[in-house]
Amino acid sequence: MPSAIELDRRAYRRKQSVRSALLSCVSLIVFAAAVWLALARSEGWTRVRETFFSPRYFIESLPVVLQGLMTNLRVLASAVAGVAVLATLIALTRTTISPVLFPLRALATVYTDVFRGMPMIIVLYLIGFGIPGLRIFGRIDSTLLGTIAVILVYSAYVAEVIRAGIEAVHPSQRAAARSLGLSHSQTMRIIVLPQAVRKMVPALMNDFVAMQKDVGLVSVLGAIDAVRSAQIMVAKSYNFTPYVASGLLFILMSLPFIHLTDWYAARLKRREQAGGAV
Amino acid sequence: MIGVNDSNESRGNFAGIQPLLRFEDVHKTFGRNAVLRGVTLDVMPHTVVVCVGASGSGKSTLLRCANLLETVSDGRIFLNGEDISDPRRDQDTVRRKIGIVFQSFNLFPHMTVLDNVTLSLRKVVGMRRIDADARGMELLRRIGIESKARVYPDRLSGGQQQRVAIVRAIASDPELLLLDEITSALDPQLVGEVLDLVRELKSTRATILMATHEMSFARSAADEIVFLHNGVIEESGPPEKMFGAPEKETTRAFLERFD
Ligand SMILES: Nc1ncnc2c1ncn2[C@@H]1O[C@H](COP(=O)(O)OP(=O)(O)OP(=O)(O)O)[C@@H](O)[C@H]1O
Ligand SMILES: [Mg+2]
Repeated sequence: MPSAIELDRRAYRRKQSVRSALLSCVSLIVFAAAVWLALARSEGWTRVRETFFSPRYFIESLPVVLQGLMTNLRVLASAVAGVAVLATLIALTRTTISPVLFPLRALATVYTDVFRGMPMIIVLYLIGFGIPGLRIFGRIDSTLLGTIAVILVYSAYVAEVIRAGIEAVHPSQRAAARSLGLSHSQTMRIIVLPQAVRKMVPALMNDFVAMQKDVGLVSVLGAIDAVRSAQIMVAKSYNFTPYVASGLLFILMSLPFIHLTDWYAARLKRREQAGGAV
Repeated sequence: MIGVNDSNESRGNFAGIQPLLRFEDVHKTFGRNAVLRGVTLDVMPHTVVVCVGASGSGKSTLLRCANLLETVSDGRIFLNGEDISDPRRDQDTVRRKIGIVFQSFNLFPHMTVLDNVTLSLRKVVGMRRIDADARGMELLRRIGIESKARVYPDRLSGGQQQRVAIVRAIASDPELLLLDEITSALDPQLVGEVLDLVRELKSTRATILMATHEMSFARSAADEIVFLHNGVIEESGPPEKMFGAPEKETTRAFLERFD
């Protein structure tokens, strides 16, 4: 049984937290009411509500948009696989030191600079209209072209994350592995990469969340995805509700992973506070 | 080989015994910083050679050169009469014959203690897991922590970690063991257990080249003490001479501070 002093302190803290919870509820309600009033009193509100939040168009568009979202999911899955391979190759190239590999290293550096700097939409246009323009491969599916563009851009980001992870492994670890007689590639595979991956996970998860919504951009090449399906319906009805529906679906798709990321970051923080490895 | 025998004779080694490790006029510069400026040193088989010197005098650099973690800027290094500083020689084969333990960050944190110890047996020697594990357990028993075989290194004390690093380095029977200030990062009460293990290795006739600031250990366990100063070996000799009657004033001044 805690002492009277402690009980008093606890009672006080409880009262305080109830007070602040009440306060934030009240302010939330006031704020929401203010926004609602401002909207409702504005001249065009009824029209906006009808064109963006129409229940009829929402229900009508949902299955079509959902169908389109399957394309986005397919793009996402292939892009994740592509990025995993390409980004690892680029990162490994950038961490080599052999002078013979200088040209490759320079190429990898230019690659990451270019694709991290260029707006995604430009890359999409260049790939989406440039490659077919070469007329080497015949007709190429626009979904495939979009996937390639996403892979190119995200590989540049992810390669940098991987490289930072590799460099965060203490140099003595590499020296210790080489001293045991392990070859360069064994050292990378058995010692450096497994440790680097742990350090990279939070950053990689963030890039994945960003990628989840950027796969919606393949629509600019004409791939029939969630965004494009919505666009087609909007063009017919002049009602924008399908856009809202597709936006909502993208949010729903990313929510589980966003929360997984938060959970993982919190767990990592707890671990580190509990005292990490030497 | 031929050239080496020549230089062996010219330096007049006793009874034809060849040094296990030989530095011959070794230089090492980092940019414009000349750290080693002509080090010549023989490590005879079954001896413990202790390298002392001020912080930054190049002790670690010397050991890292011997293990080919650094390339020398000039001069040659021989292991068993073979020039290992020759870039045509396969470095991985050379490194297998030399074990090294650093001040810290030796153990791989993502592997169990046993896997740390058996790694070179499995991946370099090519031993089957079951045999490697048997040998690994035997080594862990020798340092009295076989009960920790399946835990990760962060669950061990600093002294235990360093002892595991030592047995890991000797797991595949290297010809030479390099120890670079292996007790510097430890709490004072843990230093003894690590140095006791080094003494035990000495009693099994291992050949050891080590850098340390533990002068009382150097005094009692070294066969030869080498004083590194300004990038060269200022003076070397058995502990009695180095502590009792050093020839050089700089040696006396350096060793006196530890008495
Ligand atoms: N990779 C490197 N690049 C540049 N300079 C280096 C490098 N490694 C060592 N040095 C320099 O070489 C000199 C000798 O370093 P070294 O670590 O060999 O000394 P040490 O005798 O082991 O010192 P300590 O007792 O502090 O461990 C130092 O001036 C250091 O700055
Ligand atoms: Mg050092």
